[in-house]
Amino acid sequence: MDSEMKRVLALALALACAFTLVACGEKKDEDAKSEGVMTYAEYAAAALDSEVVIEAYVQAKQSWWNDQATLYTQDKDGAYFLYNAACSQADYDKLTPGTKIKATGFKSEWSGEIEITDATIEIESGSYTAPTLDATKLLGTDDLIKHQNEFVTFKGLTVEAMDDTGAAFYYNWDGSGQEGTDADLYFRVTDGTDSYTFVDEYYLCNEESDVYEAIRNLNVGDTVDIEGFLYWYEGPQPHVTSVTVK
Amino acid sequence: MRKLCLLLGLLTVLTLLTGCHGARRMEDFAMPESFDTSREYEITFWAKNDTNKNQTAIYEKAIRDFEALYPNVRVNLRLYTDYGKIYNDVITNIATNTTPNICITYPDHIATYMTGDNVVLPLDELFSDPNYGLGGSSLLFDGPTEEEIVPEYLQECRIGEHCYALPFMRSTEALYVNATYLNKLGYELPEIVTWDFIWEAADAAAKKDADGVYALNGQKVMIPFIYKSTDNMMIQMLRQLDAPYSDENGSILLFTDRTKGLLQTIAQHVKNGAFSTFKISSYPANLLNAGQCLFAVDSTAGATWMGTDAPLSDISPDKLVRFDTAVRPIPQFDPAHPKMISQGPSICLFNKRDRQEVLASWLFAQYLLTNDVQTAYAETEGYVPVTQKARDDASYQAYLNYDGPEDAAHYSVKLKASKLLIEHTSDTFVTPVFNGSTSLRDASGQLIENTVKSVRRGETVDDAYFAKLYDSVTALYRLGQGNTAATGKADLGPLPGTAKALLGGLLGVWVLIGVYVLFDRVKRRNR
Repeated sequence: MDSEMKRVLALALALACAFTLVACGEKKDEDAKSEGVMTYAEYAAAALDSEVVIEAYVQAKQSWWNDQATLYTQDKDGAYFLYNAACSQADYDKLTPGTKIKATGFKSEWSGEIEITDATIEIESGSYTAPTLDATKLLGTDDLIKHQNEFVTFKGLTVEAMDDTGAAFYYNWDGSGQEGTDADLYFRVTDGTDSYTFVDEYYLCNEESDVYEAIRNLNVGDTVDIEGFLYWYEGPQPHVTSVTVK
Repeated sequence: MRKLCLLLGLLTVLTLLTGCHGARRMEDFAMPESFDTSREYEITFWAKNDTNKNQTAIYEKAIRDFEALYPNVRVNLRLYTDYGKIYNDVITNIATNTTPNICITYPDHIATYMTGDNVVLPLDELFSDPNYGLGGSSLLFDGPTEEEIVPEYLQECRIGEHCYALPFMRSTEALYVNATYLNKLGYELPEIVTWDFIWEAADAAAKKDADGVYALNGQKVMIPFIYKSTDNMMIQMLRQLDAPYSDENGSILLFTDRTKGLLQTIAQHVKNGAFSTFKISSYPANLLNAGQCLFAVDSTAGATWMGTDAPLSDISPDKLVRFDTAVRPIPQFDPAHPKMISQGPSICLFNKRDRQEVLASWLFAQYLLTNDVQTAYAETEGYVPVTQKARDDASYQAYLNYDGPEDAAHYSVKLKASKLLIEHTSDTFVTPVFNGSTSLRDASGQLIENTVKSVRRGETVDDAYFAKLYDSVTALYRLGQGNTAATGKADLGPLPGTAKALLGGLLGVWVLIGVYVLFDRVKRRNR
C-alpha cells in the first residue's frame, strides 16, 4: 500500500468516525417527552377537568365504536386510561401493543377511575411494552392506587364463592347475565385478609380469549395467578387478561 | 312464434319482479283460525333486565310456566342489560330477516324498526281477535283484556294509526333525598319540590373550607345534586314549561332560547359546585349512599340501589353513611301541575312467514301481562304493573301496603317509588315517537352533558358557546335527517319508487336480452 493510499484510507476512516459521532449525538431519547407533553408526574399532579397532553404506549385496546377508542396505555413512569378517545377505525387498526401515541384530552374521574376523556390521539414512532408489576403485596395498602391502570400481576390468590350456591364466577356483577350475550365475567379472590372483585371486561377479552374460558373453568378454592390492568371502580377492580390456576 | 316468445319473456320478467318483491317484503299477518298444537315452535325472546338477577329469574319462570301450558312452544331467552344493545342487534338482524320473534324495547326504537318493510307487527287486529286476542276465549291463561291495560300506557305504544307494542312495565324518575343532610342544612322537604328549592339547597350543600372539606358531610367529595339521565332531565324540564321539543311530525324544536335558558341555569349551578351527572361523575346511588350527595334523580326502577339499607349496593360497607332516604317526584316548575316522564319496557313482535309461529309469539307476549308475571317483575324494582288487573290483585296490594319489618323484598324506598308512580300515573307523559326521535332524545341530554363539562373545564359558556353547541349536537346526531346516530350509520330508509322502477326496468331488459338470445339460438338450431 503506498502512502497516497494510506492517506485516503485515513481520511475515509476519520470521516466515518465523524459521521458516527454526529449520528450518536443526534440519537433521540425514546423516553424524552415531546415539547408541550407532560411527564407522568405532571399528569398525576394535574387537576381534574384540566387539559392534559401525554405521550404513552398502547398496552391493550379495549374497544372501538362510533369513531371512539378505549385504550390502556403506559409509559415507563405510569399508566393512562383513555376512555372513548376520538379515533378512526383506520387508526384504531394501526394500534398494536407497544404503539406510541400522543393524546390530548381532559383528566377526569369516574367512580374513582382516573382517565383521559374527550381526547384526540396521534400515532407517533416508537414502541414500548411495559413490564408486569407484581402488585400482590400492595393489595389492601394505600400504595396500590398509585399504580392505577398499570399492567400488574397478583400471585397466589384464592378464588372465593360468589354466593351461597358456590358459584365461582358470575355473568354480570350479580349473575344476571348469561353465556353468549357479551357479558362481563366477575369473580372474587382473597389474599387471605380481604376480598377483591376482578372483572373480565368482555370488550377487552371476549369469549374467544383464553382468560374468558379460564374464568368459566374456575372452582372455588383454586389458587390463581392473575394478570391485568389495574382499573378502578369504587376501589380496585382489575380488568384481567390472564388467569392461571396453580 | 315471436309474439309467443315476447309474451313468455314478459311473463318471466313479471314473475321475477314479483319474486324479488316477495323476498324483501313480509306478507301482512293474518290471524290463523286456530293455533296448530300438532306442530312444534321455537321462538326467540330478547329481554332486558336492569342487571338484576331477580328479573332474570322471573323471565325464566315465565317461560317455564308458559311452556307447561303450551308444550309445543319452546321460548329461547336472550338476555340484555342495555336497551341500546337490543336496538343495535335488531337493526342488524332486520337486514338479514333474523329478528327475534319478541323483544323488549322502547317505542322510539320501534319507530326505527318500522323503516324495515312490514317488519314490526301491528297489534290492533291481534288485540281484538275473539279467540286469541287480549282476554280471548281460547287462551290457556288468564290474561288481561284490552280495557284492563292502563290506557295511558297502551296509548304510548301507538305509532301513527296502529299499536305496535304492548307495555310490559312502567317506571318514572324519582328524586331520592338524603333527608338527614337536608334537615342539617335547615330545610324542610316539601311534598313536591321545585327547581328553585333544589338549586338553593344544592348550592348551600356545596360550601367547603379552605382544605376542600365540605361542611355538610366532612368529606372531600360532595356532589349536592346528581342526575342519572340528562336526556330525561332536559325533556321533563321543557315539558313542565310547555316549551318546544318536538312534534308528531318529527319536527326538531329543541334548539331554542328556552332550552338555552335552562342550560344557563344549569351552568350557573355547576359553577357553584352544586350539580353533576352520571356520565361525568358516577352512579347517583354510589354518591348518595356514601353521603356524598344531597339529591339524586334516578329511575324508580333503580330504587333498590338507593339508601343506606339498599338491597343492592356497589360501594364497600365501610363507605356507607347512615341517613334517612326520602322519595319525591322529580323537581317541578309548577308544583300544582306536576309532570314526569313515563318510561319502561314495552314488548314488540316481529313478523314472520309462518303465521302459526307469529301466533305462538303473540301468545307468549300476552302471557307476560298475566298477574303472576306482572306483579313478580314489578316487585323487583320500583316498577308498576301495566294492567289494572295486576294492580288490583290482592297479593300486589298487600305488597304495596306492607307494614311489617323491612326486608329486601319490602324495601321501603322501593315501595315508596312504586307508590309515587301509581299516584302520579295521570301526570306522566311521553314524547312523540318518530324515526329519529331516539337521536333527538340523545341530543337533548348531550346539551346538558357538554355544558356541564365545559363549565367544569373553565370554558367560557356564553351565547357564542351555545350557538356552537347547538350546531355541533345537531351535526353529531344528524338531526332532521330522519335517521339515527345510535348505530353510527345513516339509515337511508326504503328505496324510493323511482329507484325501484329503474332497478326493475334494468332487470327486465336483461331478462328480455336473455330470452331473445335463447330464442335466437333455438331458431338457428331448428334451421
